[in-house]
Amino acid sequence: MLQSLRLRLGMIGATMLLALREIRRHLLRSFLTTLGIIIGVAAVITMVTLGQGLTADVQEQVSGLGSDVFIVFPQQADPNVAPPPFDEADIRAVENQIAGIENTAGSVSTNVTAFHNGQDWSTSLEGADGEFFAAQSIDVIEGREFNAEEESRGESVCIVGPKVVEEIFVADRVIGEQMRVGNVSCQVVGVIDERSNSVGGGDANDVVFMPLKTVQRRFIGNADNVQFFVVKYDPAYETSVIQQQLIDLLRERRVIQDGEDNDFNIVDTAEINDTVNTVTGTMTAVVTMIAAISLLVGGIGIMNIMLVSVTERTREIGIRLAIGALAREVRLQFLMEAVVLCCFGGLIGILLALGLSIVLAGVADLPFIFDPAVNILSFVFSAIMGIIFGYYPAHRASRLDPIDALRHE
Amino acid sequence: MSEAPLIELEGITKTFGEGAAAFQALKGVNLTIERGDFVAVMGPSGSGKSTTMNILGCLDVPTSGRFRFRGVEVQDLSRDQRSLLRRRYLGFVFQGFNLLARTSALENVELPLLYRGESKRMRREAAERSLDLVGLLRWADHTPAELSGGQQQRVAIARALVTDPDVLLADEPTGNLDTERSVEIMELLTELNARGITVLMVTHEAEMAEFAKTIVHFRDGLVERIDRGSRSAHAMQESV
Repeated sequence: MLQSLRLRLGMIGATMLLALREIRRHLLRSFLTTLGIIIGVAAVITMVTLGQGLTADVQEQVSGLGSDVFIVFPQQADPNVAPPPFDEADIRAVENQIAGIENTAGSVSTNVTAFHNGQDWSTSLEGADGEFFAAQSIDVIEGREFNAEEESRGESVCIVGPKVVEEIFVADRVIGEQMRVGNVSCQVVGVIDERSNSVGGGDANDVVFMPLKTVQRRFIGNADNVQFFVVKYDPAYETSVIQQQLIDLLRERRVIQDGEDNDFNIVDTAEINDTVNTVTGTMTAVVTMIAAISLLVGGIGIMNIMLVSVTERTREIGIRLAIGALAREVRLQFLMEAVVLCCFGGLIGILLALGLSIVLAGVADLPFIFDPAVNILSFVFSAIMGIIFGYYPAHRASRLDPIDALRHE
Repeated sequence: MSEAPLIELEGITKTFGEGAAAFQALKGVNLTIERGDFVAVMGPSGSGKSTTMNILGCLDVPTSGRFRFRGVEVQDLSRDQRSLLRRRYLGFVFQGFNLLARTSALENVELPLLYRGESKRMRREAAERSLDLVGLLRWADHTPAELSGGQQQRVAIARALVTDPDVLLADEPTGNLDTERSVEIMELLTELNARGITVLMVTHEAEMAEFAKTIVHFRDGLVERIDRGSRSAHAMQESV
């Protein structure tokens, strides 16, 4: 039993060496043959990797927005008509009139240049009150948040993101420092914790916060309007009910007649997740189908070249059969060759996908997530392709008549 | 072992094709070959000598009749069983040498042992021994393309010998060689026969058949005549 197992393993090892030698002998041909498999495998792995990166990226952004949060912003069906903005009264109404809402906070943002220590840095300025920090789960790790007085009077105080600290501040000398933001001089009172991406995308750590009122008055030139507001709700309540109440209330406040479209949009962070998952799912499915076709073509290429190889080596097969090779041993030899060929294709495809994914993830600014399962699965699939498309040529080789095969020129 | 002859052919026929196109290559061949014999099979082309060799080599099966090899009824065996028989008991030498191209002499000789599942070391030792026997040990690393015809045929003989077979089947082993090389090959076969290997050889050259102990003449798919009486000893004396 053990003896026969050792014998069989020895046979497999020997045929594998043979297959490797045969592939080396026709290096270019082997490479071209496996191209279909290489492309198919590389396409699938790259797409899955990028899709996972995208999903993770969006999930991170969404979690950065806080969970159980609606984001409400003006949006007209007709893009040529500017929708009326929301103001403080809208936010107060939402907070006071709908049950299950924990807090609401409006925000405005604008691009500014920050100056400190003779250095300047382009960043984004966001107007935000304590409610906003709570709703978006932003933590101040150094210093403090704005106090009520600063918020209500619109004072020139600011809380900076770690990126801004890194760029224009000296570490440990941040709190209490004066900095200039645009034309406004302000005192730094806090630094926020590192966090993942913000509402508009981009680096959430590259930000300066000031009280909402300060930004409205001194940067936007409008005392009351907000660009969007976030609504954090109690997860114990039914999301769809709260959303419907929100829509009804806002339609009423904005005097939208029945039959008219909303001039605002409500985004549910959970919904973003779902959408992205659906989109990446669809994308992956499409690419997988394309890859499947590529693999099919590649497999037929393998079969074709193996048939050529069997014909070319008819005499060799004759010799092997004459000296006592069994049909299954000849079959194993050619099957092994096809499998090894496909495995090489799979391996090259995996390496190609690795390079492609890293480069594309870098270009698209997505995290690169290496998924061993997809890579192993692709490799195994390549080997299976070798078995499927190598079987017929190998079978044909094993059925050759030794006498005819030996006469073959 | 039993006292039965090594090889017995009884009423062997072989028909190729079917219906009107059918061609009967063998029409009832009876032949007995004893262990240790050196048989030359002669005859004009189409006489059935190659077909007989293919059957004796267990490469082909007769249409009818019985072929007993070491007491085993070969016509009843499956394809794989015949392969195992070849692997264990037979060595082949072909007219066209039939070595694997781009493969060293040593690896060519090792090939049959591969199918026996021998260890790498054992394969190498046996192949070297076999190459040494045909006087080509120092050419072990050369590929067939780097060897002369005579050398290639000796590699082929080394390959046939490496499994220590009972029977060496040689189909026109000198067909592609000049006279001098042919004589060398025949002397080698004679020497191997002297070591106890039964040699069956097809040839159309009477000169080469002279080396055999028994000459079987074929004509029209039948054994026409069997000449016994060794001239090989005589031939060897001459060459010394």
